Amino acid sequence: MPESSAFAPQYASIPHRDHTAELGMWVFIATEVLLFGGLILAYLVYRHAFPQGFAEASRHTEIVIGTANTAVLLTSSFLVAWAVEIFSPDTARITTWLLMGAACLGLAFIALKGVEYSREYGEHLVPGIDFQFAGPRGNSIQLFFIFYFVATAVHALHMLIGIGLLIALAMICRKAPTTRHHTALHSAALYWHFVDVVWIFLFALIYLPGRSSS
Amino acid sequence: MSEMNYLTADYTLKSWFLTTDHKRIAILYFASLIFFFFIGGAAATAIRIELATPQADLVSSDIYNRLFTMHGIIMVWFFLIPSIPNTLGNFIVPLMIGARDLAFPRLNLLSWYIFMLGGCTTLFAIFAGGIDTGWTFYTPFSTLYSNSYVIVAAAGVFIAGFSSILTGLNFIVTIHRLRAPGLTWYRLPLFLWSLYATSVILVLATPVLAITLLLIATERFFGVGIFDPRIGGDPLLFQHLFWFYSHPAVYIMILPGMGVVNELISCYSRKQVFGYKFVAWASLAIAAVGFLVWGHHMFVSGQSLVASLVFSFMSFIVAVPSAIKVFNWTATLHKGSIHFDAPMLYALAFIGLFTIGGLTGLFLACLAFDVHATDTYFVVAHFHYIMVGGMVTAYFGGLHYWWPKITGRLYSEYWARTAAVLIFFGFNLTFFPQFILGAEGMPRRYHVYPPEFQLWNVLSSGGAVILAVAYLMPLFYLGYSAFFGRRAPANPWNAPGLEWQTSSPPPGFNFTTQPVVTRAPYQYNRDFQAEPQNA
Repeated sequence: MPESSAFAPQYASIPHRDHTAELGMWVFIATEVLLFGGLILAYLVYRHAFPQGFAEASRHTEIVIGTANTAVLLTSSFLVAWAVEIFSPDTARITTWLLMGAACLGLAFIALKGVEYSREYGEHLVPGIDFQFAGPRGNSIQLFFIFYFVATAVHALHMLIGIGLLIALAMICRKAPTTRHHTALHSAALYWHFVDVVWIFLFALIYLPGRSSS
Repeated sequence: MSEMNYLTADYTLKSWFLTTDHKRIAILYFASLIFFFFIGGAAATAIRIELATPQADLVSSDIYNRLFTMHGIIMVWFFLIPSIPNTLGNFIVPLMIGARDLAFPRLNLLSWYIFMLGGCTTLFAIFAGGIDTGWTFYTPFSTLYSNSYVIVAAAGVFIAGFSSILTGLNFIVTIHRLRAPGLTWYRLPLFLWSLYATSVILVLATPVLAITLLLIATERFFGVGIFDPRIGGDPLLFQHLFWFYSHPAVYIMILPGMGVVNELISCYSRKQVFGYKFVAWASLAIAAVGFLVWGHHMFVSGQSLVASLVFSFMSFIVAVPSAIKVFNWTATLHKGSIHFDAPMLYALAFIGLFTIGGLTGLFLACLAFDVHATDTYFVVAHFHYIMVGGMVTAYFGGLHYWWPKITGRLYSEYWARTAAVLIFFGFNLTFFPQFILGAEGMPRRYHVYPPEFQLWNVLSSGGAVILAVAYLMPLFYLGYSAFFGRRAPANPWNAPGLEWQTSSPPPGFNFTTQPVVTRAPYQYNRDFQAEPQNA
């Protein structure tokens, strides 16, 4: 069988290659669900054990920044979905701008997260580095903040990888978009939406407990 | 052999270390796993030498803790879990389904590099001073008290986990998307069903271990008490998370072995596997139910009685698909034209040893008995019957069976049979006495013991000597065969599988023409051209 430059030799056709790549991304997302799932399970176990401590801790989180970040991330997901929809060699310019816009929103998310972290540091709420909390529920509040930092840091790492993917795809789209890049964009978009969904769960778990009753 | 094959395509180092050919990556894994097997084996040897006498004469208790931890970590994560999937699976899966490579060849190479990075990190932890937590990293010892290289070792296992995930992902996608025309799911050889089930576990369980190890490392590094009871943390939560991965991991360490045994039993009794669909679905049933039994590692941990009862019940349930397999292999033998070639000896050994390991697992699933046997040598013997008696035996069986395909050479049948028999006797002599020791109450993880246990320990250590020699033998006769063995034909065992339709060793992209499948697997012809007697 002659070597074909259009697709790797293990595939029978271009659609075969593209569907295979997409399935690969779905399986990867399944693995990621369990990664965050383990973390969220641990959080829920402790929240069940210390409902009042977790509610009180949650009231010390920056809900304004958290909400703004949710909006930022949803908007960037929208831009990515838009880019996937209109992707073609004729729309290379606008696709590039949409992806760059999404990546910038991703960076804005990270920047806001940084502001949030620094404020928490200022309030002595960073376990292991500087944690002081006067009051009877100090221990469970510390547990909450450990999970807060681990979960948001792991999520931010996923964001950084996604931002890198979006920028790389934006560069490619500007030059020579082909169907192969459409598949790559589609897979990257799946990943970006997944990171977005994780954030929606984290948002509800971090910022909302204990808000309605106080 | 004039035609080009994957081994002779190129001889440069670069052509090996940057290859995306699944067959070459399988060889890279194979070489790495031999290395890790001997490191883990060296630790086991030191343990058995120490245990030959009741007193501490070789090592201190501190060193002993590091030895069994090193043995466990290396053998579990750097030998057993990748053993069959990453070597035989990597090599055979595309051939068996008539594909030119795995779905993602570069990811496959990346998986090997990640594995080596994880392996080197773990080796660094071991040689820098070792880890004394046991392979289970139980908290709060691992996070608060252990004065050893826990973070580095956890990082090594964490990194290696991603290699497992990538391999599992690659197999799932490959088996879904790259099957040859006509190769429907029920025409798949059962090895593929079991690797598929294994891959599902790899993809769904490994990330939970990753996040758990990350929490352990965070707790140790920052001194924050995630699992520390003093601030309300729960050490049992760690055990739940750990065993949520590590019990399914036991099935990662046995399902591929079961898959290999299907191929061997069928080939050397020249018959279809009895009850194909039951065996196929039994693999998936084991994978699914295997996710719901982790609490049987925690019967004495203080979890609720209700939880223990449910986990005990589920553990009995998971024995059903395992038993289906054993009965169906036995039924396959019935009226077969049985040939006692070396791979078949390994397969038969597997059935016997796995049955003992599985049945003693049922003892341990009983709440009342488990309280007596927890943390005794009974448990040690039980899981070694599954992992060493089962998986390692199947690995050797599969290695011999596919050796002519991998190397294009035949091995010495005489030496292969001798090694198989020695492994069987050496293994039983090593581990059967440990059942007795455990039943009599000898706890695991101690290097001194009361003198009345010495007889069984001496027998066990003697068996370990035989086992060590038997494990070293293939290194010589297979090593000899790889360079000087008689050339193998494309299909030395007259087997119908697609992997035997291409030349031995296969060419670069496996098949010169795309194979098309028109019938069920295992359509064996009864005349077995049993040829290779001596190389």
